[in-house]
Amino acid sequence: MDAFWIILSSSLIAVTCSLLGCYLVLRKMAMIGDAISHAVLPGIVIAYLISGSREALPMLIGAAIIGVFTTVLIELFYKKAKLQIDASIGITFTWLFAIGIILISLFAGQVDLDQDCVLYGEIAYVPLDLWITDAGVNMGPRTVWISASLLILILSFIIIGYKGLFLTTFNEEFAKALGIAVGFWHYSLMSAVSLTTVISFESVGAILVVAFLIVPASAAYLITHKLKEMLILSAIFSVLSSIGGYYLAAYINGSIAGAIASVAGILFLFCWLISMYRKRNNTSRLILNSTS
Amino acid sequence: MEVALETHNLTVSYNRRPVLWNIDFKIPVGQITGIIGPNGSGKTTLLKAIMGLVKPSSGYCKLFDQDLKQVRERISYVPQRESVDWDFPASVMDIVLMGRYKSSNLFKRINQSDRDIAVEALEKVNMLEFSNRQISQLSGGQQQRVFIARSLAQGADLYIMDEPFVGVDAATEEAILNLLTEMKNQGKTVIVVHHDLQTAKDYFDWIVLLNTRLVAVGPKDDIFREDLLQEAYGGKLNVLSKVGDLIKEKGFSVRERK
Ligand SMILES: Nc1ncnc2c1ncn2[C@@H]1O[C@H](COP(=O)(O)OP(=O)(O)OP(=O)(O)O)[C@@H](O)[C@H]1O
Ligand SMILES: [Mg+2]
Repeated sequence: MDAFWIILSSSLIAVTCSLLGCYLVLRKMAMIGDAISHAVLPGIVIAYLISGSREALPMLIGAAIIGVFTTVLIELFYKKAKLQIDASIGITFTWLFAIGIILISLFAGQVDLDQDCVLYGEIAYVPLDLWITDAGVNMGPRTVWISASLLILILSFIIIGYKGLFLTTFNEEFAKALGIAVGFWHYSLMSAVSLTTVISFESVGAILVVAFLIVPASAAYLITHKLKEMLILSAIFSVLSSIGGYYLAAYINGSIAGAIASVAGILFLFCWLISMYRKRNNTSRLILNSTS
Repeated sequence: MEVALETHNLTVSYNRRPVLWNIDFKIPVGQITGIIGPNGSGKTTLLKAIMGLVKPSSGYCKLFDQDLKQVRERISYVPQRESVDWDFPASVMDIVLMGRYKSSNLFKRINQSDRDIAVEALEKVNMLEFSNRQISQLSGGQQQRVFIARSLAQGADLYIMDEPFVGVDAATEEAILNLLTEMKNQGKTVIVVHHDLQTAKDYFDWIVLLNTRLVAVGPKDDIFREDLLQEAYGGKLNVLSKVGDLIKEKGFSVRERK
């Protein structure tokens, strides 16, 4: 049963992350998940100082707010200060992370926490954290319920906002010329990423989240030229990674998160080979055509 | 003269350096107008200012005597082809259908009449057989035709195109030109950024000669004069960019719009 719960929650989170990841990859902002993972530290500390507890909820809220703030800062540096996007991302998250560290050292007496307490979840512990109702009914792991709700939320966002996301990701200037609020779409997407990143960290840990945001989407990008197919393929890859990774970890008796991320990497490699093979075939066909 | 586009004292600066200076002109309805000038003369910036994509530091633009907001659905903008990533996972049809997107129907599904209009637009640019082709597999000229089809699908009254003739072969150039003429015959207004003096005289009815400031505007026969062309293209010394540098150095500010 543990295997089932771990694979299920990993898959739910992986699908959510990889769907959003498709848009991040296409917007050339794939590293934003990594940035958010570091940048949320001050949010957690402030939430802790305000609420005075180590309850997960206030910290998640603090982290999610700072996550969105991170994306606002990145956009500001990129658009207004005309920095490269990767430089904007780098500056923003190192700076926010540093503020978090300073806050911790300033309040060292009162703050007994670091990111590990809330954000660096461990997927192997998913089956241990059960949701038991007041009546005493065992509903299964809490993470499964949270990540399923998150998936439904993000999936509806992508389905309802499909045209808006498609248009603003492909050609922002044209969208603006049509009078479409491109800022709304950008920040809706960024808020979705921030929320997903923060919630997923708590359940499956940082490496997996960053891997899920980038790897399945990039793999799908290599082998398809249709956005819908890219979204579906990336979801399939992330489920395959979750299943394959779990059994690989069981087989080698190693870290589940590490194994899942590795399987995702192997799938990526596989897609890369397919795309190389296709390209070579295409060019040789072209040469054949032109010589015949 | 019925006016399609009017700019009034338009000044646009990047980093406080003016790239358009006090531009003041009117363009008539129902004509094909070329905006001509050397590289870096501010042609693209002018279109962006018209479409509200960059904020002018002073002045304004009016379209059909109204603000852009009020007439947006009557205007179609074709950005420079290089401004998008052609490796994006989308088909030709997907892109042309974008011409049917509006802020009012963004949450609605694409309907059959949108599809019919897109098919018709593709037919006009002779790209219908490519409608399922992925855009990453198009030649430069085909990409340009897809952009024009998207624009046609908008069904606008005023078309504003940035360098539609760049990187296309003679046949495509001719095809695009025929389209523009056809649009004109239907009473539409077309404004095209173009940087080739050679062909400009054959293509356009009206000309705007631009080099940071407005050099001349009018029917083409009035504009194709040695002295005016010399002024726009000749003489390396560009006084205004010097002014801009000076302003930057001394920290004077260009008058901002309140
Ligand atoms: N985003 C920007 N930031 C700063 N300067 C810019 C920006 N875009 C354009 N410029 C500068 O403004 C000037 C006008 O540029 P613009 O693109 O409008 O010229 P253009 O006439 O369209 O040139 P081309 O024929 O090469 O397309 C140039 O000197 C350019 O370097
Ligand atoms: Mg230009």
